[in-house]
Amino acid sequence: MSQQTKKGHFPWKHIIGFLISIALTLVAFATALWTDWSSTTIFIIILIFAVIQAALQLVMFMHMTEGEDGGLISGNTLFGFFIAIVIIVGTYWLMTSGHMHMGMSM
Amino acid sequence: MAHDHNVNPNAPLEYQSEAGRLNITGFWTFLGAEIALFSTLFASYFALQSRVGDGPTSIEMFEAGLVMIMTMLLLTSSFTCGLAIHEMRANNVKGVIAWMIITLILGAGFIGYELYEFVHYVHEGVTLGTSAHWSMFFILLGTHGLHVSIGIGWIILLLIQLARRGLTPKTASKVFISSLYWHFLDVVWIFIFTCVYLMGMVN
Repeated sequence: MSQQTKKGHFPWKHIIGFLISIALTLVAFATALWTDWSSTTIFIIILIFAVIQAALQLVMFMHMTEGEDGGLISGNTLFGFFIAIVIIVGTYWLMTSGHMHMGMSM
Repeated sequence: MAHDHNVNPNAPLEYQSEAGRLNITGFWTFLGAEIALFSTLFASYFALQSRVGDGPTSIEMFEAGLVMIMTMLLLTSSFTCGLAIHEMRANNVKGVIAWMIITLILGAGFIGYELYEFVHYVHEGVTLGTSAHWSMFFILLGTHGLHVSIGIGWIILLLIQLARRGLTPKTASKVFISSLYWHFLDVVWIFIFTCVYLMGMVN
């Protein structure tokens, strides 16, 4: 196939993405199991690591931003994550903040 | 070829035909729906996390070593799947098949450890009906594991087609779409690993 001339066949992008992913996994593991910080602090830190690693997968491995439709795809996916955050935070807040009690004690 | 007028020879093979390009964009829309599906399961898991009833808590059941093996298997399979797409863009069909087979073996290893984990829990008396916490654990993890299993079957069928027809704009877009699915399952696992396993093992 006459594609544009390949500059270097070695998959550097994938290897760098893989190594960063492993590092983030190990650091999150160490933070959760080998520190005595409060669980809220640990949760915030390892959640940040998870979001970085997910973004890495989406951009470096899934080529989310490339191609003619890259903007559309990125917008769609970000909106998906926005919906996910609303569902998760909303459900958690509703189910744990005491609204349920009022209904059930009638 | 019917779509010759739409072919863009400067794009990677999977984007060359209009049908292939639209299928890829359409599949991303499906992944948006998958994000919503998994978010409902995560929401239920978080809401019911503390409802352990008479059953054990996460920290009594989870084994850090097992979790790390499963995470590394799936993470490495996502990497080898990416290498398969890299080979596809170099137009090397043998490379695509070889890396995809390695991906499938790692994925099967992941499913094997997950089944071992579930069977181990059931032997310890922790089942779907033990408590709300464990119901959501099995449903969330089971839904993810089912997705991985379906992915393995799908990619096997694709590889048979690829071996028969070679790399064309049509097969290339199918392989690319299956790689999106596979990477997406690793993205979901990152959050399961973080929110379910690691937070479950924090005292």
